[in-house]
Amino acid sequence: MITLPEIKKSFFVSLWFMFLTFPIMVVRVNPIEKAVEWRWKNLLLVGVGSFLLSFVWRYLFKRKEAGKKKEEAGYDSGAKSFFHIILAEPKIYKPFLIGIAFFALAFPFIFSIYQTNIMTTALIYVMLGLGLNIVVGLAGLLDLGYVAFYAVGAYSYALLNYHFGLSFWLALPIGAALGAFFGILLGFPVLRLRGDYLAIVTLGFGEIIRIILENWNEFSFGPSGIANIPRPGFLGIEFSLQGATTFMYFLMIVLTLFTVFVVNRLQNSRIGRAWIALREDEIACQAMGIDKTKTKLTAFALGATWAGMVGVVFAAKTTFINPASFTVWESIIILCIVVLGGMGSVIGVVFGALILILLPEYLRAFSEYRMLIFGAVLIIMMVFRPGGVISSVRRTYRFEGLTGKRDKTGI
Amino acid sequence: MLEVKNIETFYGNIQALKDVSIQVSEGEIITLIGANGAGKTTTLMSISGIVPPRFGEIYFMGKPIHKMSPNNIVSLGISQVPEGRRIFPYLTVLENLDMGAFLRNDTENIKRDMEYIFELFPLLAQRRRQPGGTLSGGEQQMLAISRAIMARPRLLLLDEPSLGLAPIIIRQIFDIITKINRENKTTIFLVEQNANLALKVANRGYVMENGRITISDSAQSLLSNDKVRKAYLGL
Repeated sequence: MITLPEIKKSFFVSLWFMFLTFPIMVVRVNPIEKAVEWRWKNLLLVGVGSFLLSFVWRYLFKRKEAGKKKEEAGYDSGAKSFFHIILAEPKIYKPFLIGIAFFALAFPFIFSIYQTNIMTTALIYVMLGLGLNIVVGLAGLLDLGYVAFYAVGAYSYALLNYHFGLSFWLALPIGAALGAFFGILLGFPVLRLRGDYLAIVTLGFGEIIRIILENWNEFSFGPSGIANIPRPGFLGIEFSLQGATTFMYFLMIVLTLFTVFVVNRLQNSRIGRAWIALREDEIACQAMGIDKTKTKLTAFALGATWAGMVGVVFAAKTTFINPASFTVWESIIILCIVVLGGMGSVIGVVFGALILILLPEYLRAFSEYRMLIFGAVLIIMMVFRPGGVISSVRRTYRFEGLTGKRDKTGI
Repeated sequence: MLEVKNIETFYGNIQALKDVSIQVSEGEIITLIGANGAGKTTTLMSISGIVPPRFGEIYFMGKPIHKMSPNNIVSLGISQVPEGRRIFPYLTVLENLDMGAFLRNDTENIKRDMEYIFELFPLLAQRRRQPGGTLSGGEQQMLAISRAIMARPRLLLLDEPSLGLAPIIIRQIFDIITKINRENKTTIFLVEQNANLALKVANRGYVMENGRITISDSAQSLLSNDKVRKAYLGL
């Protein structure tokens, strides 16, 4: 039931929001006529809107609290989310997966080049997210300079092609290897750092790479960038623009599937378990005989490999790169993808990337408010689903005694 | 079995251990007692290689280990239960145990050892699927000890297993420690503040003050030593 104190609360919320949004929603200065427009109608809309939304907010909050209490009381069913139920039941998710596969295959033939291009970009971010997920989600090392490895990949293809005419297919593994190399290069100095300090050093590393690319004209052609990077051919076939876009799309689908496969395997491997142990407790991890140095370096190297590889694809897709594509903002978006999707969860990261990249594209109608919506979505997420859209469910060991089998279950 | 020879360990410029020498023979329970900040934990950290000593030597089964990395030391058969338990809070009890067996590949024996641990600590068997962080303090200590045993150590380093636990739980844990020592022939190096209890289960003891070993004797005579009685037993 709606009670008087609740109405009072909502009333104050709406007052507060009217006050906060006053400068952007009400006042508009018209510099040509040198007049100030007062749009009082907007104020009313904000007031009524936030008044009603505050009820929804409180309702959802209460439901979440109730769910938490249930969980503490020992009800298991309440803890599982809608997604996890779907994912746990092959009968439901198999047709679902097949549907997605057909949709993905037909996508470039149904939609325009523009749409296909957007989808390819989204897939690029899926791969970047999955790569960063290794470092941040699994090994628990906050890396704010991830975009540097992306830049390394992109420039390695662009420069190798410019100077030596190297093809895309040769550049792809080279870009990946260079990414891994730079990952280790960053890994060494930060071996002893954790948390905030690590974040700052990685942030600095990302900026160093960008600033070098921007200022070392003889090497990277500075801010003017490198143009006319060839698109990839396939078995000697040269594509038209339409064909190349479609080909790029399918290439990204294949690479993404490959990444998902490898990351999944890594997660459940020995090194994956070492990463998780490292994330949880460094000293205990050492006491268990896990080599801290090796574990951290492999996390950085394997994370960076994907960024390097995707960098090559990015350069080939846009055919032009300059340092402006590799700012801190990029790193932060990739980090948002991982956090929003669910740290350590592969499917979560895939969803996170699709949401964060596709949503702004389709919200162009509201482009003025894009950042506002973006921020609101992040806040709402962190309040209601702090583990991400699809939080990670690790494989847990089952142990049924000597006679039983020790099998792995979960997703 | 373990020979610590004149080690000196530093944290930056601060010297924590001064000329510490300790000997542990196979099958013993050795205890190191002392006040807060005496350097007991540092001694263990130096042995396990997490905070390596700057000077001095440590030999395990005749091999020098003072320059080895922690993972290599663990693989030789030294397993540590760190101070404050340090279990993996978001991993389940089973996964915590599995982490303890990280360096082992003999799946069959790992299974058998898990069974053994669940016999030793029936409470853990009940909670096998629960995340480690949701266990009580006593259960976490049991888990930390079990996790170390999963590595099948020859030498088990225990750092203050009684920390923050109720007397009845402490007694249970000490019973288990002696049981492990007897049944598996695991040598145990026990660091404790609870001198009374530690000296009762141990064969020999060392007393540490300000980073130096001041007294070393059999546990029996330490219990009746006047200085020890006054300073650590409160008698």
